[in-house]
Amino acid sequence: MGDFILLMISAILVNNILLIRFLGNCPFLGVSRSMDTATGMGVAVIFVLTLAGMITWLVHHFILVPLGLQYLRTIAFILVIATLVQFVEMVIQKTAPPLYEALGIYLPLITTNCAVLGVAIINIEEGYDLITSIFFSFASACGFALALVLMAGMRERFALVEIPKSFEGTAIGLITAGLIALAFSGFIGLV
Amino acid sequence: MSIKDEFTKGLWRTIPPFRLVLGLCPTLAVTTTGINGAGMGLATTFVLVCSNLFVSLLRKLIPTQVRIASFIVIIASFVVIVELVMKAYFYQLSQFLGIFIPLIVVNCIILGRAEAFASRNNPVMSLADGLGIGLGFTISLFVLGSIRELLGNGTLLYYDTSHPGFYVMWSSFEPFTFMLKPPGAFVALGILLGLMNLITQLQARKGG
Repeated sequence: MGDFILLMISAILVNNILLIRFLGNCPFLGVSRSMDTATGMGVAVIFVLTLAGMITWLVHHFILVPLGLQYLRTIAFILVIATLVQFVEMVIQKTAPPLYEALGIYLPLITTNCAVLGVAIINIEEGYDLITSIFFSFASACGFALALVLMAGMRERFALVEIPKSFEGTAIGLITAGLIALAFSGFIGLV
Repeated sequence: MSIKDEFTKGLWRTIPPFRLVLGLCPTLAVTTTGINGAGMGLATTFVLVCSNLFVSLLRKLIPTQVRIASFIVIIASFVVIVELVMKAYFYQLSQFLGIFIPLIVVNCIILGRAEAFASRNNPVMSLADGLGIGLGFTISLFVLGSIRELLGNGTLLYYDTSHPGFYVMWSSFEPFTFMLKPPGAFVALGILLGLMNLITQLQARKGG
């Protein structure tokens, strides 16, 4: 159990998937303009990433490895993820319409979120077993949601301050992200 | 628009990742040196040019409902080619770029160009568009990488210990290692983007 807690702290704080590993930065800057969209995206990513981590692990170990097709990993994983996102979207639409309304447009966007494919590949390259993979995927997604919500909290305040005209929008967003990353690098050495 | 326009628009007017704010993950992650940035940029350019060409050639055959899935399969095939070629001939670079080579698949620039341009234009135009955007991306990554390398390490064109590039800073220069760390990547890209906006504004003021 201790190992799992360490893995969790490491994935959320020390090696934060957004700020330190640099995976999933497009939605990070795209949807962090308001708290509502940031929370929606965070929840959607936690849900899909955990499922995708599990399914890609199963695909790799029970289909690709026995057939000796490891070099097709990239194609196989992206297809699995795209199908999974579509499937999750349909299931949620049928079973939980309020949740579907809330997640709305963020679900299809997750297909091209490199955090999902990235974590799936890290799971395989680090040689995690199934339980560790699921746990690592979940923890990474929580790290993603945490950074996204922090960022949205800060960006909502930009409306109230004066920013040099040429730095408005993405430029100041990137510099803010740098400062958050600097704060997160204070966690280095924690694990 | 002529072929030349399609090509040159990627080099300044819509240069990624500054004007098209897409493909940020590789931009931030691999630009610790200029060479690494350029390597990533060229790998992306290859995939972008090939995928643009094939999407454009097949645009009449692909049904609209499944176009995104088809584009992803086309892109992923070329990414696998790049992955294997880099492992075979540029082993050290491929070790450094690591996970970001397979992640070219989900680089939004490529899917974005396939959807917005190649699926609507003829192969020659798509080729010019892919080449322009790809080279623009390579130049951006090389410039960003060189700035971070210069300030963080004091060198230019560093490849590995046997090809250390050129030491260009004065001898008592203290390396600014912040630039090589993840937070430095965000700040450097943010400042560069701000400066680019400033230049555009000044140009607009002069012209208008």
